[in-house]
Amino acid sequence: MKKLKVIAAMSGGVDSAVAAARAVDAGYEVVGVHLALSNNPQKYRSGARGCCTIEDSHDARRAADVIGIPFYIWDMAEEFHKGVVENFLSEYQSGRTPNPCLRCNEKIKFEAVLDRAKALGFDGVVTGHYAITKDGPNGKTLHRAADFEKDQSYVLAVLRTDQIEGAIFPLGDTVKTDTRKEAKERGLFVANKPDSHDICFVPSGDNAGWLRERLGSETGDIVDEAGKKLGEHKGAYTYTIGQRRGLALTVPDPTGEPRYVLKIEPKSNTVVVGTHQALAVKTIVATPPTWCGPVPELNKVLRGFAQVRAHGLPLACEYKFDGTNLIANLDEPVFGLATGQALVIYDNDRVVGSGTICETI
Amino acid sequence: MPIYFDHAATTPISEVAISALNNQIKKLGNASSLHSAGRSVRKDLESAREEIAKAIDCAPSEVIFTATGTEANNLAIKGLYWKAAKSNRNVIITSTFEHHAVMDPIAWLAEHENAQVININVDRNGFILMDELAQAIKDNQDKVAFISIMHSNNEVGTIQDIAKVVKIAGDIPVHADCVQSFGKVALSFKDLGLTAATISAHKVGGPLGVAALILKRGLDIEPILHGGGQERDIRSGTFNAPSIVSFAAAAKESVAAIADRDKKVRALKSELIQTVKKNVSDAWVNGDQVNCLPGITSITFPKTDSEGLLLLLDSEGIACSTGSACSAGVQRPSHVLLAMGLTEDETTSTLRFSVSHSNTLTEIAKLGSVIASVVARSRAASGKK
Repeated sequence: MKKLKVIAAMSGGVDSAVAAARAVDAGYEVVGVHLALSNNPQKYRSGARGCCTIEDSHDARRAADVIGIPFYIWDMAEEFHKGVVENFLSEYQSGRTPNPCLRCNEKIKFEAVLDRAKALGFDGVVTGHYAITKDGPNGKTLHRAADFEKDQSYVLAVLRTDQIEGAIFPLGDTVKTDTRKEAKERGLFVANKPDSHDICFVPSGDNAGWLRERLGSETGDIVDEAGKKLGEHKGAYTYTIGQRRGLALTVPDPTGEPRYVLKIEPKSNTVVVGTHQALAVKTIVATPPTWCGPVPELNKVLRGFAQVRAHGLPLACEYKFDGTNLIANLDEPVFGLATGQALVIYDNDRVVGSGTICETI
Repeated sequence: MPIYFDHAATTPISEVAISALNNQIKKLGNASSLHSAGRSVRKDLESAREEIAKAIDCAPSEVIFTATGTEANNLAIKGLYWKAAKSNRNVIITSTFEHHAVMDPIAWLAEHENAQVININVDRNGFILMDELAQAIKDNQDKVAFISIMHSNNEVGTIQDIAKVVKIAGDIPVHADCVQSFGKVALSFKDLGLTAATISAHKVGGPLGVAALILKRGLDIEPILHGGGQERDIRSGTFNAPSIVSFAAAAKESVAAIADRDKKVRALKSELIQTVKKNVSDAWVNGDQVNCLPGITSITFPKTDSEGLLLLLDSEGIACSTGSACSAGVQRPSHVLLAMGLTEDETTSTLRFSVSHSNTLTEIAKLGSVIASVVARSRAASGKK
């Protein structure tokens, strides 16, 4: 039988290096590809924080050489800028809080890269994500990783079934410490490279500053729920729903309770604050839904778990698909939920689907 | 066995060069030492210098050994500039499609040392516009520090009429990057009337890490490396005698074989082009096909993506090359092809094949058997309309 050919997306980190090595062991014909995501990689030289520095591309190449696979750099800077960076900015401009890693998986790794790989005659894309795919009667389904702490199924829940078909996650059954140990045993020097946590295209790690530079810092009002002005801010988009610190309010709350960001109104450049209780959300509406497996029956109320943050806890809920939106009713309220984040629905460990949160009630 | 069509990047070290290297590397002695061990190595080194001088038709004292072609180009360009700048000559004339090892030191001089740069355009076939050159010289009388025009282009292989450049230049010093031409076509430093020329060992079957700047006798230029002053006080650093001796052996062999190999390599290249065109009807060749190096050919495969072509050919065991990449490895449109009038899309749909006398018709037939499907896949993946 002819070997299956796959592209291993190699960021220069430990996870993708071990994933590529395991794909080779599993019998795939593997070609390593590092994605250049910045228009000017040299600029990020000293950073080494994200996935687009010269150091990272060098690390990825070195890992590919040690594993013994061909290695190429694919320039995805334009696609990344359009699909991820511009989306990130426009979401903030609209008062929402986006998750760029989801967009990158959706638009870059499992769309631009997978499409290109298929056109070139490859069968799929290998990444170092911690998630599991299982073969089912109606095709592959997406599941949580064995290591809940590292589970990345949340950021993969934007993948359609055809994308999941082409995705291979060799680390799904592994805990991170084992990945590092294995990297060491395989002679991959990236074994001790720290995890990346920041947004890769914000090399300084200063998200608010980065947004201010691009979106300006127009002063606006901070008001209470009745509309009474309590203070001023420099750019509404640098705030996140549920945020408590950094408000610098001059008028104390009459009850003495701390105040939180409840709402961001980009048109009037206003930040609305209120009590913790006012942050409570029971119903979440998300759109457009992406199904990672079979599409749920229309308007049928089902039991499952909702997750609203990358490393958040699963929240017991009832959910349904009304033909347009994915709607979740939580058993217990959740506090401080920003629109723009993803709602991901699980059926135990299986990812049912996801949508971008557009309304919270 | 992988099929290697990338001899312009580097080519296998020849048997004579290996044997010279092996013998010399066992010999003790620093060529600058005065004792017998030093003298013995010095003797070998100077014989090698004479051999190189003979190969490029210059005086032995005009050969300055360096570590790389890039170093030799930097030494020529910065050295000539700093010397000329003392008499207020700060205009550098070059072409739009030089190698980065020429382009970048010139750009550095413009940025840091007040150099004014005039880039002479090239035509669609890859020849510099002589009228433009003459005009540039006329417009900048007494201001031109030097002219640097490559003898042959590394991506498309066109050979410039350097003798004419020198004639137009008059008293202005002319440097030519001869890295791709040396050992491939007849080359006389003396007859061309050059002031400086760059050659490199690993393109002619010598070892990596040794090259030479040929610099006119009696001309003292500012060094870029300061130290023991081993090479005419223009280049410092302990003599790399084993590599230099090996370089000389390879150069001697290559130059002696120019006529024979030229015929064979041109025939192979022509077969490669015909084979490609037979299988990919809309492919075209860039650069002049008469005044060109025997082994280099640049072929555009419209609406493909050279990264994809390279990957697929590599997986078929065929090595060739794309244009240039930045330091992070990201493919960039070739400035050479852009200068010749290709569009950005066309430059990133282009591959360079460079053949040598060691290639065979069987290897070209293998390329012919896969190129159509490789191009079809790359087209599907490129998204170019």
